Amino acid sequence: MSRTLSAPVTVAFDYTRSTGPVLGRFFGGLRDGRLLAATLSDGSVVLPPPEYDPVTHRPVTDLVEVSPVGTVTSWTWVPEPVDGQPFDQPFAFVLVRFDGTTAPMLHALDVASPDEVRTGMRVRVRWAQERTGHLTDIAGVEPLAPGEAEGAFSPGDTEVDPVTGIVTPVSVDYVYAASPEESSFYRALADGRIVGQRCPECGKVYVPPRSACPADGTPTAEEVELSDTGTVTTFCVVNVPFLGQKITPPYVSAYVLLDGADIAFLHLILDIPAEEVRMGMRVKAVWKPREEWGTTIENISHFAPTGEPDADYDTYKHHL
Amino acid sequence: MTKQPAAVIGIGQTHHRAKREDVSMAGLCREAIDRALEDAGMTLDDIDAIVVGKAPDLFEGVMMPELFLAESLGAAGKPLLRVHTAGSVGGSTSIVAASLVQSGVHRKVLTVAYEKQSESNAMWALSVPVPFSMPVHAGAGGYFAPHVRSYIRRSGAPEHIGAIVAAKDRTNALKNPYAHLRNPDTTVESVLASQVLWDPIRYDETCPSSDGACAMVIVDEATAASSPNPAWVHGTVMRSEATSAAERDQVNPQASRDAAAYLWKQAGITDPRREIDAAEIYVPFSWFEPMWLESLGFAESGEGWKLTESGATAMDGEIPVNSSGGVLSSNPIGASGMLRFAEAALQVRGLAGEHQIDGARRTLGHAYGGGSQFFAMWVVGSDKPSH
Repeated sequence: MSRTLSAPVTVAFDYTRSTGPVLGRFFGGLRDGRLLAATLSDGSVVLPPPEYDPVTHRPVTDLVEVSPVGTVTSWTWVPEPVDGQPFDQPFAFVLVRFDGTTAPMLHALDVASPDEVRTGMRVRVRWAQERTGHLTDIAGVEPLAPGEAEGAFSPGDTEVDPVTGIVTPVSVDYVYAASPEESSFYRALADGRIVGQRCPECGKVYVPPRSACPADGTPTAEEVELSDTGTVTTFCVVNVPFLGQKITPPYVSAYVLLDGADIAFLHLILDIPAEEVRMGMRVKAVWKPREEWGTTIENISHFAPTGEPDADYDTYKHHL
Repeated sequence: MTKQPAAVIGIGQTHHRAKREDVSMAGLCREAIDRALEDAGMTLDDIDAIVVGKAPDLFEGVMMPELFLAESLGAAGKPLLRVHTAGSVGGSTSIVAASLVQSGVHRKVLTVAYEKQSESNAMWALSVPVPFSMPVHAGAGGYFAPHVRSYIRRSGAPEHIGAIVAAKDRTNALKNPYAHLRNPDTTVESVLASQVLWDPIRYDETCPSSDGACAMVIVDEATAASSPNPAWVHGTVMRSEATSAAERDQVNPQASRDAAAYLWKQAGITDPRREIDAAEIYVPFSWFEPMWLESLGFAESGEGWKLTESGATAMDGEIPVNSSGGVLSSNPIGASGMLRFAEAALQVRGLAGEHQIDGARRTLGHAYGGGSQFFAMWVVGSDKPSH
């Protein structure tokens, strides 16, 4: 058995980006199948256009259409692409200086092997089949066919219906690892027990246990089995729905100070109307059916009133 | 340890709105920066170093804003630092910028803080479930509401105090052309009638979600000499504490009390209520006004709500709090702390416009963040500090 518990977590959100006037025109150009580069104060022509001139710091206003054909100035081979990269099959990241620009732009070259890539080779944009006004409208670059005539490029006008916003989905997968102390707490929960730890220095009992006392930094080791009854110190009634919410509002989110513990933790209060929940109310854990238990605090479905008289304010006021 | 004098000579902020879809993050920052530079009579070429702050990464899904913003902030060839202390970040960013001048390392420092809340969802970002734990988290309001309840129980404050703060700050915001919320008829009654979101916190007692930025130019004594109205830094402080320790005081955190005590000592202030002319205090939920009034020493423990109820914190009161409308009226999270610091400086420079407090000569800027875990404060004055 591993010393610590772990579980996969995915944090994902579709962020909406306001593009502003410069990038908005650039993305609008991509949607129309055109590359719009910035002409900067020092005479350089840069793709993608920066929003502000690096020399004068003024907003960039002059865009010029440049050729979709360019020259590879450097490259690296990607033998094992990962999620979110431009191609599923091996490819090359390339710096391409498109004709008419003075600096290279990073993109992906679709060829079968690194033997087909060299600095100085000529490539052209491969447009996405459906263009939406996003950087992904450039699917990648591809070599000019052998003997393919390059043809002369004549820039069109730079009038464009600008894109005002794009969506950039972000997703991060990682493994959440509980500390050894938390892991023993969660394993005890799988046996229906609540186990905290006492700080050898200040004597405070922490639940869930920490690896070290937050107050004095002393490593904690002594385990303390706690009662599953306690006192509501303070709470709020959540009436507001929000994205990602796991419990349907309204619900009472309360700090429960277990008997024998020196710190309260957040849990759910049920089996009583929300408006009747009180500071000082005595509560007891309501466990889920044993067959549903795992190594989680969610083995406790919620806390419910014990029916005892409320705890005196003086017994918990130093926990607020 | 002797510090070099430092002063704010340029301040800029954006028109804060729910959605600033007309600008990118860079454009939002530059709107504030360009106003601050114009106020200071400078250009980006005059600046020695840049300090940027924003709220936690998940709020906007941008891991390293300093990386992609460097060019737009005019940082090419210059030192660029990012500061990161959750909701207090705007305050600590200002302090880091000031310290670069006070230490004698740089003479002219630009600082900027921003947030584009419309690009994400802060409530979601603050409530991502953690494996094995109970998914009862419900954003910042869900975090702070139990502690507001504790304050009410501890102090015996009546229910309408939070509504007094909300009505005051929303009315003050009508005098601030940059404020996000412009609700002309907010009254104690209308606040009390609004929906209870996180009991005991009502909808109208809650900060909005805003896009916005704030910037300041902070300079040394020699550079400040050419400014007609510098705001001199009289004291700065930052303090942190553990988010969860047994018997931690969540209503009046130790780090907050310690920070205030050290701040007043630096500024030579013994009675802040008498000696501070106006305060910009980080109040994202209305009840935090009386809570911080006590923690900062403007009122005795348990008496903050009486100060609020007496009208002392109104614009024409003894100690006006958040005459700009405060966080309750504009909340671009990453910038909200810097807005408090900047509004305090505007007051002592006499440049606060319609929300100017007459004769303000020494003011407080305050920010807090995390689970009441980070604190950042400064005192600025219209006179050069004598000590």
